[in-house]
Amino acid sequence: MKKSVRFYSGAELVGKAAIDAGCRFFGGYPITPSSEIAEYMSVEMPKVNGTYIQMEDEIGAMGSIIGASLTGAKVLTATSGPGFSLKQENIGYAYMAEVPCVICNVMRGGPSTGLPTALAQADIMQAKWGTHGDHPVIALTPAYLEEIYELTIKAFNFAEIYRMPIMLLLDEVIAHLSAAIELPKKEMLVIKDRRKPTVPPEKYFPYDTAYGDVPPMANFFEGYRYHVTGLSHDKTGFPTTDPDLVQADQERHLRKVKANINNIIDYEYYQMKDAEVIVFAYGSTARAARVAVDNARKLGIKVGMMRFRVIWPLPETEILKLCSKAKAIIIPEMNMGQLSDVIERYAADRTKILRINHVGGVPIHPTDICNVIKEAI
Amino acid sequence: MKTDHYEARFAGVGGQGVILAGKILAYGMVSFEECRAIETPTYTAQVRGGATKVDVVIDKNHIEYPRTENLDFFLCLHQKSFNIYFKEIKSDAIVVVDPNLTPSIPEKITQKLVLVDLIDIAKKQMGKTLYAAVIAVGIFAGMTKVIKESNIQKAVLDKAPKGTEIENLKAVKLGLELGKKALRSKDAIVKLTVEDAFIPPNADK
Repeated sequence: MKKSVRFYSGAELVGKAAIDAGCRFFGGYPITPSSEIAEYMSVEMPKVNGTYIQMEDEIGAMGSIIGASLTGAKVLTATSGPGFSLKQENIGYAYMAEVPCVICNVMRGGPSTGLPTALAQADIMQAKWGTHGDHPVIALTPAYLEEIYELTIKAFNFAEIYRMPIMLLLDEVIAHLSAAIELPKKEMLVIKDRRKPTVPPEKYFPYDTAYGDVPPMANFFEGYRYHVTGLSHDKTGFPTTDPDLVQADQERHLRKVKANINNIIDYEYYQMKDAEVIVFAYGSTARAARVAVDNARKLGIKVGMMRFRVIWPLPETEILKLCSKAKAIIIPEMNMGQLSDVIERYAADRTKILRINHVGGVPIHPTDICNVIKEAI
Repeated sequence: MKTDHYEARFAGVGGQGVILAGKILAYGMVSFEECRAIETPTYTAQVRGGATKVDVVIDKNHIEYPRTENLDFFLCLHQKSFNIYFKEIKSDAIVVVDPNLTPSIPEKITQKLVLVDLIDIAKKQMGKTLYAAVIAVGIFAGMTKVIKESNIQKAVLDKAPKGTEIENLKAVKLGLELGKKALRSKDAIVKLTVEDAFIPPNADK
């Protein structure tokens, strides 16, 4: 009996989920290992009356999605490390102007052009601090194909709910692998749309905090005219240098994530009940870690895993609790310790942090992690 | 599939179609063999002429670690890829190479080595070298029995571009016969040339 199967690659699932979440504009510039997302969108966008545009470079691509989002479209761009760097100025603009958008970064080794076709998790910190100034950050790190679909939709929902850029961080392992998966039924999906103004155009202010920390957003070309700028601005959107207004606005931006942190943080516990040694992992590295945990359990070692589906913001309260009780925390990353540095600050002297850092472009093997688990006890 | 877990790698250079070979195999395993399969292509910055490979991890159950650890089968159509991707290979694995394209093989190779003039066979029997990848899939199925002969044929037919079904079916059958011949051989090193590549009249029986 032949089963009805459809193979999806991780890259295709980003595109498919984006379209299912309502994305109708993709502006991009191809870059390995993210090009397959652009390729998929170039084929699929016209089928849903959406727009695919390949811009002259990554900077233009980021600019194009900001413009498209201002007209009311849900928007996506996809890139990799060097392209992510180029986009950062416009990403900052999108934070400041509060323009919903999703930026998918299929991470590769760096700095500069680095390792184009090999894998890395090199942009964990760039996702947080890539653009200058203080701003809230939401970054998602799926580990499985099903999860790429789920979390891409979630990324779009976050963008719409909080009116800000959202980072979707993939690595080459899960972006390029293909497998047959079952997708949730469309009617089961929860899709959020941005809040629209209920007042007529002449009474509309684009950054009116009377409506809460996330002001309603009007679409351009529907009669609502307003000023969009990267400068600090007041509720009309025009620049201001009033210290109180600027201070209040910066605090509001950060509050969008901070006050809603429990709706944003997303993590999974595995074998944690009696765990004395804990592995912190994210993305495809977490799959190797899970196998390592299983193998170490077979040896009688009490080890568990905390896996971050959302890496920014981190679940601080939970991490602090674990730091107080764990004998050791092991953090495998395909970078030189970008998350480890942060966790070390939580841990202080309460527990030891053991790092596994591979940046050679090959995945961390379960055995590499299992060996460190054995060392930890 | 008799074993619970199987790992295969098809390697070559961009343009030879080895990535398609992996796609066909993964598709066939999932569609017709009640297995899970993950197929991961790897390429270098140079698309045509650059080393490329596809890994297929097959398992009866959920595949947690998606990359290869111990390859059971390695087929390679270029020296450049052989040098990079001849690793993680089990000592008793099957290694298939085209000796005209990969002349330099380690002298002490523990694996069962099959030297097949794949490009020559594709050119002479199919008229085009681009069928080498589908012949390779056939060799895989014929030698390993991981996928039933009828199922790999179905997978090739499903994945063949419209209008090329007959040729691709012929190519996979050629590969199956070559594979079975290699399997029957007790030699440590099996050599297969154009003379070995034909489809006997009772091939489907």
